[in-house]
Amino acid sequence: MNRRVRQRQRWDFLMAVVSYAMTGIVLFILGAILWALLWNGISAIEPAMFTESTPAPGNEGGLANAIVGSLMMTVIAILIATPIGIMAGTYLAEYGKEGRVASIVRFINDVLLSAPSIIVGLFIYGVVVTTMGHFSGWAGAAALAVIALPIVVRTTEDMLTLIPDSLREAGAAIGAPRWMVITQISYRAAFSGMLTGVLLAIARISGETAPLLFTALNNQFWSTNLNDPMANLPVVIFQFAMSPYEDWQRLAWGGALLITTAVLLLNIFARVISTRNKGRA
Amino acid sequence: MNKAEHMDGTIKEARKTSSEKMDGVMDTKIEVKNLDFYYGDYKALKNVNLTIPDRRVTAFIGPSGCGKSTLLRALNRIYEMYPGQRAEGEVNIDGTNILAARDLTQLRAKVGMVFQKPTPFPMSIYENVAFGIRLYENLPKAEIEERVYWALSRAALWDEVKDKLNAEGTGLSGGQQQRLCVARAVAVKPEILLMDEPASALDPISTAKLEQLIAELRDDYCIAIVTHNMQQAARAADYTAFMYLGELAEVAPSEQIFTHPSDPRTQDYIMGRFG
Repeated sequence: MNRRVRQRQRWDFLMAVVSYAMTGIVLFILGAILWALLWNGISAIEPAMFTESTPAPGNEGGLANAIVGSLMMTVIAILIATPIGIMAGTYLAEYGKEGRVASIVRFINDVLLSAPSIIVGLFIYGVVVTTMGHFSGWAGAAALAVIALPIVVRTTEDMLTLIPDSLREAGAAIGAPRWMVITQISYRAAFSGMLTGVLLAIARISGETAPLLFTALNNQFWSTNLNDPMANLPVVIFQFAMSPYEDWQRLAWGGALLITTAVLLLNIFARVISTRNKGRA
Repeated sequence: MNKAEHMDGTIKEARKTSSEKMDGVMDTKIEVKNLDFYYGDYKALKNVNLTIPDRRVTAFIGPSGCGKSTLLRALNRIYEMYPGQRAEGEVNIDGTNILAARDLTQLRAKVGMVFQKPTPFPMSIYENVAFGIRLYENLPKAEIEERVYWALSRAALWDEVKDKLNAEGTGLSGGQQQRLCVARAVAVKPEILLMDEPASALDPISTAKLEQLIAELRDDYCIAIVTHNMQQAARAADYTAFMYLGELAEVAPSEQIFTHPSDPRTQDYIMGRFG
C-alpha cells in the first residue's frame, strides 16, 4: 500500500471523528436545554398551573390565562394564515410558475420568511394597535398570522412543485378542468406535506415573544376578550423570568417546559405524517 | 371484400396527403392535415399528414426526438397545458377540426390517454375509475359501480383488484397501475385511446399483459400508440408510422413496414443503423 492511500485513510478517519464529535456537541446542547427545562420546570407543572391565572408576586397562581390566550391567538393566526397561504402557494406553483409576477411574490415571501419577528410586531403595532388605540388579542393574532403566512406559502408551493406534471396531465387528459385537477388531484397528492407546513408554522409562532410584546402585550387577569390586551405564554415567561420573585421564576420555567413540549410534539407529529405518506406519492 | 384489397386501400389512403375521403374501405377516425408543431421557436413537427383508422391499432416509431410523442399530444391538445407550445394545421376527428374546437372537455371525453409512467390519482382504485365517470355523467351509485366493474374488467384488472377496491391506486404494481390507467380512460367511454410509450416502464410480463389488453381493445377503439420498441409495434399494431426529424416518413401496415419498407430511412432505422 502506498503512502497516498494511507494518507487518505487517515483523513477519512479524522473527518469521521470530527463529524461525530460535532454532532455530539449539538446533541449535548439540545440535551442540556431540555434537561435544564425539565429540572427547573417540572416542579411547576401541577394542576394549579392550568386552572389559576397569573398571580401577584408572593401569591399562589398558575398560567391558565396565558395558556388560553396563547391558544386563542395561535388558532386565530393559523385560521387566517392557512387559507391565504395555501392559495398564494397554489398560485405560485400552479399558475404563476416562472412568470414575472410569481418571481416577485416569491422573492417578497422569502423576505417575509426571514424578517425579524420584532419588525412584524412593530408593523402590526403601527397598523392595528395605533388604530384601535390599545393593545389587543386581535393585534397579537394578526402579528402571529403575518409570521405564519410565509411558512405556509413556501411549504405549499414546494409540496405542489414536487407533484409530477404527468399527474396533472393525466387529470387534464380525462377532461377535468384545471381547478378540479388542483383541488382533487394535486392537493390530495400533496396533502401530508401541506399539513406538515401548517404544523411547522404553528410550532414556529407558538414560541414567538417579540411580536406579541407590541401587540397583545399581557394581561394579569383571566380574559378571553380579543379586544383587550391578552395574556400569552411567551410574554409571561419573559416577564416572570426577569423578575426577582422566586415563585414567578418557577412559573416561567414551567411555562417554558410547556411550550417546548408542545412544539416538540408538533414536530414529531409533523415528521410522522410526512414519513408515513412518503411511500404513497 | 378480401383482406388483401382491404389492406391495399388503406395503404393508398395512408399515403395520400389530401383531404380526400376514404372510399369506404375503412373508416377514418383521425385525419391529420398539414400539421406543424412548435415548442416556442423550435419546429418539432413539419407538415405531417396522415389518417388513423378506426378500430385498428396504429403505432408510431422513430428515433428519440422525432416528434412521435409530440404528434400524439396534439391529438387531444394536452400540450395546451404549457405556454409556448402550439399546433398549426388541422386534426380532424370524425370530420371536426379539434384544433379549432372551443370545448376541450368534449374532446377529452372522446379521446382517452395513457402515459409513459403510470399515473394513478392519489385516491382509491375505485375512485380512480369513478373520477372520470363523475366528470361527465350524473349517475346513481349503483350505475357507477357497474361502470367501474365494467372498466376494470375491460382493462383485465378486475380479478386482481376486486377484493381491494378501496386500497390506494398507488399501492398497485407498475403493470397493474398502468392497466388501472387504461380502465380509468375507458370508463368515460372514449372512442380513441392514445398511448404514449405505455410499456416503457414495465417489466416483460406486465408488458405482455398490456399488449394482450391492447389486442382486446382493438376491436372497439381507435388506438394510437407511441413506442420505442419495434417488436412491440410489429406485434401489437395493424399499422405503423415511422417518423424522422419531425416528419412522417412512412406509414403502412406493420407487416409491410417491417419486411420491405419503401422509405430508405425506415429501412435504416429498423435495421438498427441509427436511432
